[in-house]
Amino acid sequence: MAESTHLATTRPADSATLALREPDDTAALEAGLDALDAPPPADAPSAVRRVLRAAGPPLVAAVTLTVLWQAVVALGWQPPSVLPGPGAVWSSFLDGLRSGAVGHAVSSSLGRGLVGFGASLVAGTLVGLLLAQVRLVRDGLGPLLSGMQSLPSVAWVPAAILWFGAGDGAAYAVVVLSAVPSIANGLLAGVDQVPRGFDRLATVLGASRLEAVRFVTLPAALPGYLAGLRQGWAFSWRALMAAELIAPSVQRGQGLGVLLDAGRRAADMPLVLAAILLILLVGIAVEVLLFRPLERRVLRQRGLEV
Amino acid sequence: MSLATLLRRAPEAGAVDPLDADFALRVQGLTKRFGDATVLDALDLQVRRGEVVSVVGASGCGKTTLLALIAGLDRPTSGTVDTPSGRPALMFQDATLLPWLTARRNVELALRLRGLGRAERTVEASRLLAAVHLAEHADARVHELSGGMRQRVSLARALAQGSDVLLMDEPFAALDAITRDTLHDELLRAREQTGATVLFVTHNVREAVRLGDRVVLLSSRPGRVVREWVVPIAHPRRIESPEVGALSVEITEHLREEIRRHG
Repeated sequence: MAESTHLATTRPADSATLALREPDDTAALEAGLDALDAPPPADAPSAVRRVLRAAGPPLVAAVTLTVLWQAVVALGWQPPSVLPGPGAVWSSFLDGLRSGAVGHAVSSSLGRGLVGFGASLVAGTLVGLLLAQVRLVRDGLGPLLSGMQSLPSVAWVPAAILWFGAGDGAAYAVVVLSAVPSIANGLLAGVDQVPRGFDRLATVLGASRLEAVRFVTLPAALPGYLAGLRQGWAFSWRALMAAELIAPSVQRGQGLGVLLDAGRRAADMPLVLAAILLILLVGIAVEVLLFRPLERRVLRQRGLEV
Repeated sequence: MSLATLLRRAPEAGAVDPLDADFALRVQGLTKRFGDATVLDALDLQVRRGEVVSVVGASGCGKTTLLALIAGLDRPTSGTVDTPSGRPALMFQDATLLPWLTARRNVELALRLRGLGRAERTVEASRLLAAVHLAEHADARVHELSGGMRQRVSLARALAQGSDVLLMDEPFAALDAITRDTLHDELLRAREQTGATVLFVTHNVREAVRLGDRVVLLSSRPGRVVREWVVPIAHPRRIESPEVGALSVEITEHLREEIRRHG
């Protein structure tokens, strides 16, 4: 009873306020809410500061390790022919730089590595797509592909030499066989992580299967795919060094593996260490200059990393 | 007593008038079983062109399953879904925006999959984003938008599908009250402008009354229509208004009754 009196008295006033509320008020209210609710823009640190923050700690670590290395050498624990100091390795590196041997080795290895990686990218992506789309193929080949990731790439070298001869062909074969599983698995992992809601969305929007893959599944799988590419590159580079060491190829020139082997044959320990450090540095450089910015861009775009 | 004068009750639960051919959505004998569990049992529901129907029910009443069947995301065990105007649009509980696209591109994707050309897409997306008051945020990425803004983009995208039937799966459940209220206004305004038919699923009875021309109560396990109410309250309505409150109390009473049956 009390409620109905309440209804009767409040209704007219209520309708009057309501009439005033629509529709401009909604726009103003929303503008206010948007201003209050929107997540604050992340303050992006300046480029200089970012580089300093990223490069600082590794540089300090490198310098520290070099000092420790020099200290161990200075103790005279091992003869310099077995454990040369940083200075000797540095001058060996400079000699190689002056003679052009270092530049040649780096460019020929890097060229071979990138060509091999490019081929792996195409092959790995196709294999990954096939596995992601066809259940039966995935059930059959999925475990094999995962297992291949733990197969040391060196194991492929003898087979590759017998198939393609001790040249570039063998090197490419080893690189591709080592990188394809990582790339395909990365794509697969990326596709598996696509939220189910996205697939439903594609259906609701009336996408064909191909459109769903192109506009929804693949872009959604991109972070996993990039992680796969990154690992694929690491495996490519390792595999290539193994191949060059065992089967020095000549068509594209002599690579870092050959430089390493030359050092071993001449019992030139500074050259061996310089070559190892170069292999390490090239691997890191490709990662830092190519993959990390790419990954960073993709993650930032999605608000997953600032 | 006050309610009796306020409400005109629908004659029969789930009744489908065979003469009423002007429907935008018709569900007949819809049954869905998952293994031994019957989620929906011979559900009948008809929605007139331009009507807003709210569906309420307790957890497990198959609300989401019902929408999935209507949207064609799943197949019914038996029964039919008829939407004469073609594939319905669906607005999800979480906005389900694609995080690698801007607000504008999310809307444009729906237009693109409808077959619109590039120039048309640009114009149409601008119009739709302006309609939900997001023109200024068109180029923002999803993570730069608040929850309410995301659902407005989602609404713009649903409208971009150009469908006469809009299905909504608790789209405002995760929003705060004020934001939800503005989205109610937004939805009804969009409905007025487009004449779309809306099937709105929610567990929030007040929201159901605030929006619906009709409120349908589903039973749980199995889900079927147990009762329905025609909402006689004139627009614009407010969720806090006594009329909305009174009807909500009555519907909630029946909803509780339904839940108690499972105790």
